[in-house]
Amino acid sequence: MRHIISLLMENEAGALSRVAGLFSARGYNIESLTVAPTEDSSLSRMTLVTRGSDNVIEQIKKQLNKLIDIVKLADISEGVHIERELMMVKVQAANAEQREELKRMADIFNGTVLDVTDKTYVIELTGSGDKLDAFLQTIDQSSILETVRSGATGIARGGKSLRV
Amino acid sequence: MKLGGGDILVQFLQDEGVEFVFGYPGGAALHIYDAIFRQEKVKHILARHEQGAVHAADGFARSTGKPGVALVTSGPGATNAVTGIATAYMDSIPLVVVTAQVASPLIGSDAFQEVDSVGITRPCVKHNFLVKDVKDLASTLRKAFYIATTGRPGPVVVDIPKDITDPAVKIPYSYPEDFSMRSYQPTVKGHPGQISKAVELILSAKRPMVYSGGGVVLSNAATEFTAFCRRLGFPVTNTLMGLGGFPATDPQFVGMLGMHGTYEANMAMHDCDVLLAIGARFDDRVTGDLKKFCPHAKIIHVDIDPASISKNVRIDVPIVGDIKQVVSDLTRELDAANKENDATALKKWWNQIGQWRGRDCLQYDRGSELIKPQYVVEKLYEVTGGDAFVTSDVGQHQMFTAQFYKFDKPRRWINSGGLGTMGFGLPAAIGVQLAHRDATVACVTGEASIQMCIQELSTARQLDLPLKIICLNNRYMGMVRQWQEFFYESRYSHSYLDALPDFVKLAESYGHVGVRIEKPEDVEGALKEAFAMKDSLVFMDFVTDQTENVYPMIAAGKGHHEMQERELA
Ligand SMILES: Cc1cc2nc3c(=O)[nH]c(=O)nc-3n(C[C@H](O)[C@H](O)[C@H](O)COP(=O)(O)OP(=O)(O)OC[C@H]3O[C@@H](n4cnc5c(N)ncnc54)[C@H](O)[C@@H]3O)c2cc1C
Ligand SMILES: Cc1ncc(C[n+]2csc(CCOP(=O)(O)OP(=O)(O)O)c2C)c(N)n1
Ligand SMILES: [Mg+2]
Repeated sequence: MRHIISLLMENEAGALSRVAGLFSARGYNIESLTVAPTEDSSLSRMTLVTRGSDNVIEQIKKQLNKLIDIVKLADISEGVHIERELMMVKVQAANAEQREELKRMADIFNGTVLDVTDKTYVIELTGSGDKLDAFLQTIDQSSILETVRSGATGIARGGKSLRV
Repeated sequence: MKLGGGDILVQFLQDEGVEFVFGYPGGAALHIYDAIFRQEKVKHILARHEQGAVHAADGFARSTGKPGVALVTSGPGATNAVTGIATAYMDSIPLVVVTAQVASPLIGSDAFQEVDSVGITRPCVKHNFLVKDVKDLASTLRKAFYIATTGRPGPVVVDIPKDITDPAVKIPYSYPEDFSMRSYQPTVKGHPGQISKAVELILSAKRPMVYSGGGVVLSNAATEFTAFCRRLGFPVTNTLMGLGGFPATDPQFVGMLGMHGTYEANMAMHDCDVLLAIGARFDDRVTGDLKKFCPHAKIIHVDIDPASISKNVRIDVPIVGDIKQVVSDLTRELDAANKENDATALKKWWNQIGQWRGRDCLQYDRGSELIKPQYVVEKLYEVTGGDAFVTSDVGQHQMFTAQFYKFDKPRRWINSGGLGTMGFGLPAAIGVQLAHRDATVACVTGEASIQMCIQELSTARQLDLPLKIICLNNRYMGMVRQWQEFFYESRYSHSYLDALPDFVKLAESYGHVGVRIEKPEDVEGALKEAFAMKDSLVFMDFVTDQTENVYPMIAAGKGHHEMQERELA
């Protein structure tokens, strides 16, 4: 099963490598990992997407909790939650027909064209990973020059929050 | 008080009550060594190799329960220490290892003797720190000791760049009494609901079994645990790390379990209906094939580390907490329940265990013309009155010692179980003897293992430590040879040791006493004579049977009930 694990950790050098090292040392899957500071400058928040059997996921959570730098952990995929990923795609948009089609697709997917040249567009999209995949599958494959994705981040719906 | 970083470190160690620092100097550590020179309270023990220094700190920690402290220089000092750190990590031993580092401005420049010590040690420490500001030094050290010694203990590395220990940069120092760590709060008290569930299950058992490990020793809970087991009247088995946590001479003790455990312990594991696992981590050397593990049992597991629970084996009643606390809560709850186990069932179970015991699974050929390693350990037990501290290395000699030396007290059996580090025994014995100056300390080793840290004979000479080294010299890496005999059709690939040193002369050249013993009838006399020499280190080189194997044995893929046993003619 796919799980989204949110972590609050001490904003220390090396905290990230402890998490990454744990996953490689114990052979756990890591699908994506994002990390950034929070409004509390002593803490960073990490979102980790991983896959595994119930037993493996239980061990992953216990092992993460065991790291001294991890302050709090939540498996947000256990409850109702919102998942978002940011993607930017650079596509070939050299003629009117291509430009028109790409703009239309971007609109359908609630995307924004961030950059325009005479030959290219950069389109920005946010959504679940599935939605971003769907967009990439829908547009003309040969027009894709470059994609960059942030990896998933997420937050629980409702009153539940991850804070110290 | 205003001090430079080197003096802060040493003053902190004094304030923390540290008596010994085991170490080896070098460039990046020189400010610290100078601070050590200028005081007398903290005694520095100079090893002959950083691995030896860390093992000695480890032996000190295992035999006392206090944290061991080691100090090494940057680069090769730190990399040499890694084996020692990993050894302590695998067995959950509290250590604080200070690694000196190149000066902060040089970090990352491939400076002379620079390695990323924090990066290299990360996977084999409980936690590690790089000190970036001398203002953080004292509080970091305080945290390091706290983390190393609480919860599930383990080694903590503190990497200190040379500029941080500069005597010219003085700052105010006081011992940091108060500190907080929001992200580290080990659970000590077991959940009351789980305690009740456990007691209910315990009382329902018809074929109960207690499987306890190193946690009982680490928690200093042997007394409470022993009383608890006696009260229940259940059979008790120990892991290799748990030996001494329950008295081996107690009739309830059925011996060690696992790969080289006794027939009765392993059979009782296989047939039990309730398993009470206390401070043991279901290691693969213990469980055998997981699919065949305790097929009839409901399992209770007490452990301070939540990650130990249900890691390898699914647990029915987990209790996270410190054993000392949990056992006392379990005892109280048992008293309150005012109920006993089904006495007839328990009697029947003990009868069954008695039959298994009757097979005498540890028997060996006592009529042999050659010295049997088991015989040496039996005599060692007698000659030392069962009351020595015994360290060991890794191999057959380690297993024979675990099987034949009956440890009645915790912290007497000092060995590397999790990492299985050859070379551990001698330096560990040095740490043990320093902590217990008047005690008898024996190191049971093999001719291969002893050569991995043989240089520490020099340390023992310098300190006048009267260790007794019992080398079971079979001219083979016996444990490797045994596997090759069983599983590789006796193709003894590189397990034979050619060109062995003359250990008697070697011992003598280090200034110790050396003796070689070649006949069974000389074993007892030699041991008595050696142990009577209270002021000398005696290296006893016992020339033993080359072909002896450790039995019983559970081979890979087998269950507890599928042991290979010795066949005597
Ligand atoms: C050649 C060789 C052969 C071996 N053969 C065997 C064998 O036949 N049988 C055998 O048993 N072992 C054998 N071993 C050792 C084996 O590899 C493991 O090291 C050992 O089984 C682990 O012991 P343990 O389960 O007691 O765990 P330990 O490593 O001692 O771990 C202790 C456990 O207790 C917990 N704990 C710590 N402190 C506390 C506390 N205060 N309160 C509660 N819980 C606590 C920890 O979290 C941990 O889970 C062998 C090793 C070698 C080198
Ligand atoms: C550092 C290290 N290297 C290799 C091994 C693998 N190993 C385990 S036992 C053993 C042989 C030990 O031989 P010896 O010390 O003579 O003991 P014996 O088994 O003969 O009693 C070896 C090589 C190890 N445990 N540790
Ligand atoms: Mg040998």
